[in-house]
Amino acid sequence: MRTLHTDDIINHVKEMCIEANLHLSQDMKEAIQNAKELETATLGKQILNQLCENMQIAADEEIPICQDTGMAVFFIKVGQDLHIEGMNLTDAINEGVRRGYQEGYLRKSVVNDPLIRENTKDNTPAIIHYDIVPGDKLEILIAPKGFGSENMSRVFMLKPADGEEGVKQVVLQAVKDAGPNACPPLVVGVGIGGDFEKAAIMAKQALTRNVTKGSSLPHIREMEKELLEKINSTGIGPGGLGGKTTALAVNIETYPTHIAGLPVAVNMCCHVNRHVTRIL
Amino acid sequence: MEKRINTPLKKEALEKLQAGDYVYISGVIYSARDAAHKRMYETMLDGKEIPMDLSDNIIYYLGPTPAKEGQVIGSAGPTTSSRMDKYTPLLLENGLNGMIGKGKRSKEVIDAIIKNKAVYFAAVGGAGALLSKCIKESEVIAYDDLGTEAIRKMRVEDFPVIVVIDSKGNNLYEMVENKKI
Repeated sequence: MRTLHTDDIINHVKEMCIEANLHLSQDMKEAIQNAKELETATLGKQILNQLCENMQIAADEEIPICQDTGMAVFFIKVGQDLHIEGMNLTDAINEGVRRGYQEGYLRKSVVNDPLIRENTKDNTPAIIHYDIVPGDKLEILIAPKGFGSENMSRVFMLKPADGEEGVKQVVLQAVKDAGPNACPPLVVGVGIGGDFEKAAIMAKQALTRNVTKGSSLPHIREMEKELLEKINSTGIGPGGLGGKTTALAVNIETYPTHIAGLPVAVNMCCHVNRHVTRIL
Repeated sequence: MEKRINTPLKKEALEKLQAGDYVYISGVIYSARDAAHKRMYETMLDGKEIPMDLSDNIIYYLGPTPAKEGQVIGSAGPTTSSRMDKYTPLLLENGLNGMIGKGKRSKEVIDAIIKNKAVYFAAVGGAGALLSKCIKESEVIAYDDLGTEAIRKMRVEDFPVIVVIDSKGNNLYEMVENKKI
């Protein structure tokens, strides 16, 4: 049985927190660059130029792309043949976050009690979703999530009779309601099916998928394309100040659901759609 | 239209700004976001003095990342303004002339902007590294215990913003929504 020590995990998580907040993935960078070329609105183009310049400064001078360095969200795949030695895995991930946010000069944005609201001063605890998978590897995906866009996310418990049209309608409505608040151009993560929380988790997971790659399911890929076109014809544009770049991508994930239900979750993400994966 | 303004921002100067103008701000501005607004609001309702004079000043809705050695400030982009809506009319009644943030405002805030002749600017959300370069000095002047949410006095040079709601109540977001732009 393969053994992995939590000291290694802590170190990787620390580095990943910092990396995710300074550099977007190649597909995200290209999507923003492409949008800049295609945007025709004067103000919209000016804003996309600022975003490109911002990414460059962030990388060159190691200043976080956005001051909201997010709540640290993790998707962890634990190989069932892997033995983890040292401390509890959750504690190790939180320790990595603590060190990453401290050493990386990242903002500590977490409060310990949602009503008393005292800052924990180290950005812990993280939000961690675990999955047990075959094999002896540990896959760590970090997606620091800003709350300007998180606050504009929605869950809809539709009826089966609402069907595909109903789904499209609520996704479009959620984008219109988000307007300028969620920092467009957006990446729109959608989860369809499952139950209440499964839909929401899928919507978040959808944000971590490459924005140039559509769903592997033909009918879902069609829906992604159609929704992206509809969203970009709203005219909301970069910063909500007008233009045709309202979203860079719509990524949809699906899961089987109950005969009585059609849950739909829409997780909004701004253009600072950050995620880093490492396999240990 | 591109314009340049300096702080303190007097009524005569801000009345010339129109929704849609691209404006470069130079001078002193203050940072305050959720927790600082709540505390200022409660202090004012108690009839006590808040840490700075609001008259002719601009508040930037900002909670920056920590500055590294040699930096003035860390990443410094705007946060969503609507969370400050509850507290904003009272600040406007007490002399505040400008706000920098992002996103829509409530009807109460828009009414108070018109009544008190103020202006609401948007900075580009998610451009925190770029915007930090326009902040030349920064000093925490109050509510240090709030960490990133403390009140900072900052000197900015050519800080780029867009007029979203002007003193007459013209609203760029509404114009975009109604496709009048």
